[in-house]
Amino acid sequence: MSRHVDTVADATANSDLEQPYAELGLKPDEYARIREILGRRPTSAELAMYSVMWSEHCSYKSSKVHLAQFGDKKPETDVLLVGIGENAGVVDIGDGWAVTFKVESHNHPSYVEPYQGAATGIGGIVRDILSMGARPVAVMDPLRFGAADHPDTRRVLPGVVAGIGGYGNCLGLPNIGGEIVFDSSYQGNPLVNALCVGTMRHEDIHLASAKGVGNLVVLYGAKTGGDGIGGVSVLASETFDEGGPAKRPSVQVGDPFMEKLLIECTLEVLHAGLVEGIQDLGGAGISCATSELASNGEGGMHVTLDSVPLRDATLTPEEILMSESQERMCAIVTPAKIEAFLDICRKWDVTADVIGVVTDSGRLVIEWHGEVIVDVPPRTVAHDGPVYHRPLARPTWQDTLQADTSNSCARPTTAEQVTSTIFTLVGSPNLAAKTWVTSQYDRYVLGNSILAQPEDSGMIRVDEVTGRGVAISTDCNGRFAKLNPYDGAKLALAESYRNVAATGAAPLAVTNCLNFGSPEDPAVMWQFSEAVRGLADGCLELGIPVTGGNVSFYNQTGTVAIHPTPVVGVLGVIDDVALRTSMAFVNEGDVVLVLGDTYDELNGSEWAHVVHRHLGGLPPRVDLDAERRLAEVLVEAARTRVVSAAHDVSDGGIAQALVEMALRRDVGATVAVPSDVDSFVYLFSESTARVVVTAAPHQVEALESIAAQRKIAAVRIGFVTAPGSELCIDSVFGETVCLSLAQLHDTAEATLPALFG
Amino acid sequence: MTLGMRIGVVTFPGSLDDRDAARAVRIAGGEAVALWHGDADLHGVDAVILPGGFSYGDYLRCGAIARFAPVMEPLIDAANGGLPVLGICNGFQVLCESHLLPGALVRNDHLHFICRDQQIRIESTTTAWTSSYAAGQEIVIPLKNGEGGYVADSATLDQLEGDGRVVARYVGINPNGSRRDIAGISNARGNVVGLMPHPEHAVESLTGPTTDGLAFFTSVLAGMVNA
Amino acid sequence: MARVVIDVMLKPEILDPQGKAVEGALSRLGLAAVTSVRQGKTFTLELAGDVDDTTLAHLHTLAATLLSNPVIEDYVIREVTA
Repeated sequence: MSRHVDTVADATANSDLEQPYAELGLKPDEYARIREILGRRPTSAELAMYSVMWSEHCSYKSSKVHLAQFGDKKPETDVLLVGIGENAGVVDIGDGWAVTFKVESHNHPSYVEPYQGAATGIGGIVRDILSMGARPVAVMDPLRFGAADHPDTRRVLPGVVAGIGGYGNCLGLPNIGGEIVFDSSYQGNPLVNALCVGTMRHEDIHLASAKGVGNLVVLYGAKTGGDGIGGVSVLASETFDEGGPAKRPSVQVGDPFMEKLLIECTLEVLHAGLVEGIQDLGGAGISCATSELASNGEGGMHVTLDSVPLRDATLTPEEILMSESQERMCAIVTPAKIEAFLDICRKWDVTADVIGVVTDSGRLVIEWHGEVIVDVPPRTVAHDGPVYHRPLARPTWQDTLQADTSNSCARPTTAEQVTSTIFTLVGSPNLAAKTWVTSQYDRYVLGNSILAQPEDSGMIRVDEVTGRGVAISTDCNGRFAKLNPYDGAKLALAESYRNVAATGAAPLAVTNCLNFGSPEDPAVMWQFSEAVRGLADGCLELGIPVTGGNVSFYNQTGTVAIHPTPVVGVLGVIDDVALRTSMAFVNEGDVVLVLGDTYDELNGSEWAHVVHRHLGGLPPRVDLDAERRLAEVLVEAARTRVVSAAHDVSDGGIAQALVEMALRRDVGATVAVPSDVDSFVYLFSESTARVVVTAAPHQVEALESIAAQRKIAAVRIGFVTAPGSELCIDSVFGETVCLSLAQLHDTAEATLPALFG
Repeated sequence: MTLGMRIGVVTFPGSLDDRDAARAVRIAGGEAVALWHGDADLHGVDAVILPGGFSYGDYLRCGAIARFAPVMEPLIDAANGGLPVLGICNGFQVLCESHLLPGALVRNDHLHFICRDQQIRIESTTTAWTSSYAAGQEIVIPLKNGEGGYVADSATLDQLEGDGRVVARYVGINPNGSRRDIAGISNARGNVVGLMPHPEHAVESLTGPTTDGLAFFTSVLAGMVNA
Repeated sequence: MARVVIDVMLKPEILDPQGKAVEGALSRLGLAAVTSVRQGKTFTLELAGDVDDTTLAHLHTLAATLLSNPVIEDYVIREVTA
C-alpha cells in the first residue's frame, strides 16, 4: 500500500495538524511565519523546503546583516561584471576576457567522511563556476587541521587530500595552490575550503534566472538518489517500505567522471546558445535550484516531480526535493531549442529530463502523481528567509589575551641559538614542505599552469596568444584573527594581496570564506562582525571589491570555537605571463634586497607558536597604504623585467623566506643582517608589507628607483651564490650562520611523510 | 616541412590531456585533428595519439571500457598496418587493454596518485615517436598517475628487453613500482608506443619543467616526411 | 529473470598493494592472525530471461575481455540463479 502524500489540499483541509518543525531546525516564530506566508499550514514537502532553505547554511540568516557591508562599502570599480548574490562573482580582466572565482567550505562533511566530504566540496564549487558560463580552469584548497601529530588528524588529512586529488584530478583541473595549516584549535573541526576559478568571454556570462514564460526547466546530470537527506528523513520515517533501501545516507558521494561529462556538456550547450538561464544543484538540491531560478526570473514555475530521473525508486517526493545527489544542473531552455539541447546531452551520455515550465503565476508549484504538494511564493523560500540580529559581545578574555605579549618568551641571543631556531621552524608542520600533499594533485592538466605551490600565488594563462593571465592566492592567519579579528581580517587580505603582487600580477578582486564558531555565542558573533568590518574596510581602502564568498558557522566542539578564520582569496591580472616573477634564487651574483620595514612584531608569530606555544599580544600592524605601494613596485618591476625573484615575508619571517627561496631551485645566497636591528627580530619578526627580492646587478638600481618613487624601503642585504652552495647569514649576533641546503631540504621534507606515511 | 601532417588526438569521455596533446602537435609543426571516440573513422590521419586522462572515470579498470570504443576498431587495424600510435598514460592503459601492447598498468605500489617532474632515459630511438632523441638521452617530463605500475610476466619482460622494445626507463626514482623501471614500451614494429609520463606537458618553458617532451612529436612528424 | 555473480581477483603473482594495506590495517586493529589479504571485485548481473548455454558462453567471453584483464586477473562465475 503506498504512503499517502501530503498535498496542498490536505494542508488546507487539516491546517491544525501538528508538524515536526522543531526536528527540522525551525523555530516557532519561523514556523508561524511560514503559516502566515501560505495562509495555511505547509505541506510536508513545503516544510522540508523551508526548513533547509532557511537553515543557516542556505539562508545566511546570521551573517546577512554583516555581509551587507561588502555592498555598502564597495569601492568604485568598473571591473565587476557580476557582483555578490549570484553563484560567483565575475570580473573583467581585459581583452574581452572575464574570470569568475569563488571559495566555499565543506567543513563538517569532511570531518564525517574526509574523502567524500572533500571530494564533493570540489564538485560543488566547480559547478558554481560552471553555472556562471565559465570553463573551470583551476582549483586551490585552503585546508586547516588539528595538531599534526594527533591521531584524528591522521584520520582526516590523508582522506581529505586523497578526496581533493581523486575528484580534482579526474575532472582535469590543475591544483595550483592553497594552504595547509595545523593548529589544535581546529581539532574536531577541520576546515576544508575549496576555491575554483573559471574563464570565459564577456558574452558567455549566464545567470541563474528563469525568464520567458513557457520556457522549459531541464534537470540534467546524475540521477537523483537519497544522498544527503539526513535530517529531512524525519518526514519519511513512516515510509521504510519493504524492498527499499533501509537507510537514507547523510553523506554525499561524488562521481567526478559524471562531473567531467557535465562540464563538457554544459559548455557545449552554452556555447551553442541553447540556454536562457542555468543553476547548479548544491545544498537543498531541487528545492533550492527551482526556487532560486523562479525567484530570479519571471517569478513562477510549475514542476512535475515525477519527471525527475531516479536512482532509487523508493524515494518519497519530499526526499526527491531535498536530495543532495551530486553532479546535477538545471537549465532553462526555450521550446524551440530543447531538441538541440537534449541532443548534446545524448552525445555526452548525460541524462536530461524536462521537469517543469516557467510561468508568470508568481508561485512555485510542484506536482507529484497529479497532486499539488508545493505551492509557494519562491522569493520567500530563496531570498526572503529569516534575518537574525544576533547579539554580539567582545569576549571578556580579549583584553587579557592582548596584554599577554610574546615579550615574556625567551629570545635567542646567539648565532647558535638562531641556527637551532631556524631548523626548528623549517621542520615544524606549518612551515615544513607540503610535497607529500601537493604531489597528489595534478598541476599540469590543461597546459596553462604558469605557477603553482609552493610559489606565492597560483598563476594560470588565460589567453594562449597574448599571454594574459590571472594569479590567485588564499591566506589567513587564524592566530592573528584571534588576537584581533578586525585587524586579522585586514591582515589576511594584505597577505593575499601581497602574494598576488609578488608574482607580478595586479590585484583586482576578492573572495572570502569566513570560518567561525557558533553564531549563538555572542563572542563568536563579535569576532565575525569585526572580521567582516575589517575585510570590508580593507577592500575599500585597497580599491578591490568582494565578488562573493561563503560563510561557515558552527565550527566548534562544545563551547570551544575555532580561531576566527576569515580566509581571503585575492585574484590579480598579469598582461603577459612570460613576465611573471617566481620565488626562486636562480642567478649567481643577483643582488638580494628586502623591500619594506621590519619592526619588533613577534606576537602570534610562528616562532612564538612553535618554540613557546605562546599566543598573545596584538598582531603585527597592518598598513594597507604600504601594501598598495609595495604591490605597485612589484608589478612594475615585473613588467619592466628588473626583478628576478620575489617572495613575500610572512610566517617565520625573513629567515623562512630566505630558506624557501634557496630551496626552490637549490641555489644558495650570502646575506647579512643590517647593523641597526636586533638579529633575532630581523630574522623572525612577522611585520607586514615586506618582500624579499633579487635583481641582476645591472637592474638593481632601476628596481631601487621604482621602490623609492613609491616610498618603499629597499635595502640590499647580500647576493645569490652558486647552485648547491650554502645559505649564509652574516652579522647574526656578531657571527656568521651557514646553513647547508641539503640539511635544510631534508629537514623541511621529512616532517609530513613522517607524520602521514 | 611538416605542414599538412595530420595527427589525430582521440577524445574519450573523461579524456583530459587531449587539448594538451593537440597543442604539442601544433607547436611541433603538425596539424592536430580531433577524433571522437564514438566515430569509427580515423579520417585519414597520419598518426594517432591516445591522450592522458580518466577515460570513463577509470571505472572497472583504467582504459578497459575505452578499449571497446568505436574508434578503436579502425585504430587497431591501422596500428597493425604500421600507423604510428602513441598512448600517453591513460592512452598507454588503453593500448595494453586492447593488446596492441603487452602487459598491464596497475595501481601505484605506494597507493597514492603522484605528480612529479620525472627523469627518464630514452632507450630506443628506432620507434616512430623517439627517432629525434639520442640513444640514452635523459630527459625530465611530468609524470602524473595513480595507476602507473607497468607489470608483465618475466618472459614478456625479457622479450621486451631483448628486442629493444623498452622505449623509456625511469631514472633516479621509480615513482610507481613499474617492473624493471619501465616507463614506456613499443610493439615489435616500433610504430605503437605506450608511455606513462607526459611529454605533452613539457613542450613550453612557461608551463613545463623543460621542453624535453617536444621531440616525441617532432619525431613522428619527421618520420612522415621521410616515409 | 536470472542473477549471475562473477568474482575477479588479481593473479597470485601480481602485487596487490591495496590488499597489503588492508592486511596492515587488520593487524593494527588487533587481528594479527591474518597473514594475507587479497582484494578483488564482485560483479552482480541481473538478466532478463534465463542463462542457457549460449548466454553462459557469452558471459565467459565478457568476463574474460571486459570484466577482467586476463594479463593480471582471474575470474570465476561463482553463482547463477534463475
